[in-house]
Formats: sequence, structure tokens, C-alpha cells
Amino acid sequence: MATVALKPATMAQALTRAMRDAMAEDPTVHVMGEDVGTLGGVFRVTDGLAKEFGEDRCTDTPLAEAGILGTAVGMAMYGLRPVVEMQFDAFAYPAFEQLVSHVARMRNRTRGRMPLPITVRIPYGGGIGGVEHHSDSSEAYYMATPGLHVVTPATVPDAYGLLRAAIASDDPVVFLEPKRLYWSKDTWNPDDPQTVEPIGRAVVRRSGRSATLITYGPSVPVCLEAAEAARAEGWDLEVVDLRSLVPFDDETVCASVRRTGRAVVVHESGSFGGPGGEIAARVTERCFHHLEAPVLRVAGFDVPYPPPMLERHHLPGVDRILDAVARLQWEAGH
Amino acid sequence: MTVMEQRGAYRPTPPPAWQPRMDAAPLLPDPEPYRVLGTEAAAKADPGLLRRLHAELVRGRRYNAQATALTKQGRLAVYPSSTGQEACEVAAALALEERDWLFPSYRDTLAAVARGVDPVEALTLLRGDWHTGYDPHEHRVAPLSTPLATQLPHAVGLAHAARLKGDDVVALAMVGDGGTSEGDFHEALNFAAVWQAPVVFLVQNNGFAISVPLAKQTAAPSLAHKAVGYGMPGRLVDGNDAVAVLEVLTDAVRRARTGGGPTLVEAITYRVEAHTNADDATRYRGDAEVEAWRDHDPILLLERELTGRGLLDEDGIDAARQDAETFAAALRERMNQDPSLDPMDLFDHVYAEPTPQLREQRALLTAELEAEQEGSH
Repeated sequence: MATVALKPATMAQALTRAMRDAMAEDPTVHVMGEDVGTLGGVFRVTDGLAKEFGEDRCTDTPLAEAGILGTAVGMAMYGLRPVVEMQFDAFAYPAFEQLVSHVARMRNRTRGRMPLPITVRIPYGGGIGGVEHHSDSSEAYYMATPGLHVVTPATVPDAYGLLRAAIASDDPVVFLEPKRLYWSKDTWNPDDPQTVEPIGRAVVRRSGRSATLITYGPSVPVCLEAAEAARAEGWDLEVVDLRSLVPFDDETVCASVRRTGRAVVVHESGSFGGPGGEIAARVTERCFHHLEAPVLRVAGFDVPYPPPMLERHHLPGVDRILDAVARLQWEAGH
Repeated sequence: MTVMEQRGAYRPTPPPAWQPRMDAAPLLPDPEPYRVLGTEAAAKADPGLLRRLHAELVRGRRYNAQATALTKQGRLAVYPSSTGQEACEVAAALALEERDWLFPSYRDTLAAVARGVDPVEALTLLRGDWHTGYDPHEHRVAPLSTPLATQLPHAVGLAHAARLKGDDVVALAMVGDGGTSEGDFHEALNFAAVWQAPVVFLVQNNGFAISVPLAKQTAAPSLAHKAVGYGMPGRLVDGNDAVAVLEVLTDAVRRARTGGGPTLVEAITYRVEAHTNADDATRYRGDAEVEAWRDHDPILLLERELTGRGLLDEDGIDAARQDAETFAAALRERMNQDPSLDPMDLFDHVYAEPTPQLREQRALLTAELEAEQEGSH
């Protein structure tokens, strides 16, 4: 049996390949957004799609996010499967009303008669030196909106698999792409059909016995680095990559926390009203008798996203994660 | 050539070249709203069509009265009446072919009914037993849109998708004068013009956005003038002249279907009733104004024309009213029955498959309902 050669690829390339394969397989898949055609997107994630499939399938739209998503709704009503690119996290806000009032609830409004299979790709998060409005972590808004799936990959194979699953989903999916991982490399075989991951499943990225780091997207590599560093302190940390914020995989998360008895939620989004509060509450409700310490959060500060020269103070880093782990009441002697 | 390429490809422009993209003059609306009834043009109108419009308008008026009465009887949670606007509502439905799509706002249940939607299903939203009561695909009527103007980009996208697929389908989207101030109105018209999508935008300028008059809504010469900025024609029509509205909309639909692109139609009409039953119109307008518009009522205009030309007599008018009474009685009877409610519907249509979290919440409500039932025994 021939062994399949795994090639290094970036997350951006995996995302491009996912759209390319989806478009080749399904003529109803249409990519649309600002600069996605001739330019291939400001992050080049749609590179080559207009050339291969034509401008009717990969369309440069006018610069108007509500219009982009609103017209995508109509296209989906007529049987197409739009994949919308929002250029940056904060530039998706003009489309918020379409997302909340129509995309998220059209299935519900019509008792399932008019599902909207729309994928909304949003590059999100900081760490790339972006000036104001280019680095938001907006996932909490989307998580709070019933009817949306909210998905975010942290690895190259997941970027491909989850985006294929998002495009194939009959429900709308907000697909959050951690922009600082766009150029992260991994070995990956795009011809392996196993790489299409079901939406809603978390994965244990690193097994450990001392405590669980619950995280997603851009914070996954940071948590893995923290887990390596923690070994010097004698802590064997488990890292759970949520991959899907909605639906939330209580099972995988709680199984891990029940094993370790301690948990820290890590994300870039601010902590007040952020995803970590929901996750900590869910874990506490379900695993209370297994917990040796309160579930802690390591998050971005509750400030508007900082200017690039200050963002390193804002982003959760290895030290802040390890400080939180140190506060997990080890002295209690359990 | 693809649909997108038909818009014209990118061409380098050396400095300081500038040319207008098109001549603006043909896009401008007429200085006066287009009218047929009471003019010489009316003589050319098909008598059968005039009688049909009359019957539809009389039925529409009775529908509005019945829905308003149902609100007072507690059978509807709220009803935004289109009394006085029946010409626009009916013409919007009649201008379309079966394969076309209608995108109504919350005030446009009559247009949906005139297109064939079951009135009970059209009123589901306003009764409150679900949001959209009808299957949008059955009569190609999109869900009634409550958020203003947000349905307009949907119409553009649907029309664009149809064109991409090679179907000669047109979308007609309805919005009010207040809705033209929304960002989605702007974005929808811009997308439609850039894509040359087969869409017709019908603005019913009924004078008020709840209490706010048009003068506080826009400084444009007319709402139809807004079309020029997008590169599409604007048409101004007397919205209470059913024949004129139908003619203008039919022209715009034909133009869209044959690749001519979108049109913006402003129909000048008047909201005779308050915004909804919950509104008090006496706080912001006088009776004299309302009475003046009653003399320019769409049914009155049609009846004057029909009776003046001997195309309709008292018996004919009675027959139309009788037909409307029968329609209203059937609606009343059906609306007086309690709708069947299944609380589990709350969870069943959020996603294709309920999430684990929704399954838990579904179980919680099931247990609550069971306890409630046990308690009542």
C-alpha cells in the first residue's frame, strides 16, 4: 500500500483548498465578499478561486457588509450555498442585523421550511500588529445568538475539515479564522477524506493529569506552549481545543475536567460577558464534585482592543496562564 | 459570458480621464406622479382588468377591516393596516408571474393574500402562534419582514441567484417611506444596480413612519429620485390609482425580466389608519388631512372610472362587496378558532439537529409541562 505523503501547508492554504474542493464538488457553492475575486482576499485565502470558477462563483461585491450578507440570504433562499468573507472581525459588525435577525433565525421563523446554508468566514483575533478595529475577538456576540453555529479551527487539518463541514452544513455557520495562525504550518494530507470533522466536537490536544486548559482558536498554540513550560513546575496539563463554541461539547470538556479536577479557560476575548464565563459556569454546574478549585479564566482585558504596540500586554500569554494554574489551590493537598 | 462579466470589465483609466457612467436624465422620475384613472389613458385600460382590480380592492379593504376587528376581539396581537393602500398591495401581487418572488414587509399581508397565501397563514405572525405561517416556497412569498428594509437585499440576492441559474425570475420587494432611511435600503439598491439584478423596489410612501412625517425622513426631491444615485430609473406613481401602479410595476417587472436591471418605484399613498391598533394617530395628525385622502381613496377612484364609463353598476358593486363579505366571514370563522400550539416547536426549528444544550432545555420544558398537567388533575 502506497503511503500518502504529508506535505507542509499553512492554515490559509488549507482554507483555500477547502473552498476549492467544496466549489468543485457542489456547483451551488458561491464565494462572495470584498476583494475575494481578482485579489484573492486581503489574506489571500480565496486565492485562485475566481480564476478557476469564474467571477459568478467567486464574486467581488460592493463594499457593504450588510449588503453582502443580505444578498447571500436571498441567494440561499434560491438554493445556493454562499460562503461569505467578512474582511476583518470588526468589519463584520455592519452585517450584524442581517446575521441576528435573518441568518440565525430564518429556519426558525419558517418552521424549517427555509433553512439558510450560509458560511460566514471572519478573520478574528489579534497578535498581528493590526491597528484599531483589525483585531477583535467577537465570538461572544455570535455565541449569544441562537441559530448560529460558531466554529474556529486551531490547526491546519482542522481548518480544512471544519470549513468543509461548515459549507456542507444546512445551518448557518460563523467560521472564525484566527488570523495570526493563517501562516502557521503543519503537515497535512488534503486528499484524506477523514479530515472532514463534524461540527460540535472538541478534541484533547494534549493529555495531562494535573489540570485542564480549555481553549480554542488562536489561544490553542499558546496553551500548548504553556503546558510544555508547566512541566518544569511539575504540572502535567491537559489542553482541550473546543473547535466549536456552538454547539458546545460539554461531554469532552467535562470528561477532561473530571479527570484532572482543575480547569482554566483561556481566550483572547475579554473576560466580562465573554465565552469563559459561560464555559466556567457549565463546567461548575456539571463537575462541581470533581473540582478541587474554582474554574479560572485567563482572557484579554475588558478594554477596547489595544494599539499594536501594547497588544502583547493584552493577549493571554504563557506566563499569565501559568500564574492562573498556580492559583488552582494546589496547597490544599488533594 | 458570465453574468458578472456583463457588467463590464475593468479598464485602466489614464489621468485625468473622467466620464459619467451613464446619462442621468433618463433615470429621473417624471415631475408628477403617473396617473391613469380620470385621464384619457384610462379609456385604453381593459374593462375586465378594471373590474378585477375593483373586486380585489374591495376584498382587500374588507380584509383590512376584518383584521382590525380581530385585533379588537383579541384574536390578533397587533395589526398594521394597509387600509387606503390596497391599490399598491394588490398591484404588487398582480404584477408578478407565478415563478416570481414577493418580499413583503409587515404591513403587506394583503399583498401576500392577493398572491394566493392563505389569509390565516399570512396573519400567523400577527396572531402570534408562530412567526411565518406559510411556506415561503409555495407561493414564492418571503417571510413578512419586521426589521425595516432588511428584506430588500434578500430580494436582490434571490433575483441575482435566479439570473446566475439562468431562470427568468423577478423579485419585487416592498418597503415604506421610513424604510428608505435604513442602510439596508441603500445597500440593496446599490447591489441591485451593480449586479443588474432583476428586482423591482416598490416604496409605498404613505406619509408616515409611525408618527414621523416624510419631511423629517428625507430631504430628497422625491424618494424616486434616490434611484438616480444608484444608476437605475426611478418612477413616481399615484399609489391610489390601481391601474397606474399596476402598469408601472408591470413595466418594471418586464424590464427586469428582459435584462434591463432594477427599478425603484415610489407610489404616493396614504396610511388612513394609525400605524397599528396600538398607535394613536391623533397625536401627530389632524382629521382634515385624513378626510382629504378619503376623497382620493383607491376604491373610490376605480368606482368613479368604472361607473362613469358604464362598466360597473350598483349591482356590480354589491356583488364585489358580497364576495368580500363571504371572504371576511370565512376568515373570521377560522380566526375565531384557537390555534393549535406545540411548545416543543420552540426547540425543533433552531438547527437542523437540536444541539445537546437544546435537547436538555427541551427535556426541562417537557418535565415542566408534565408537572403542570399532573398538578391540574
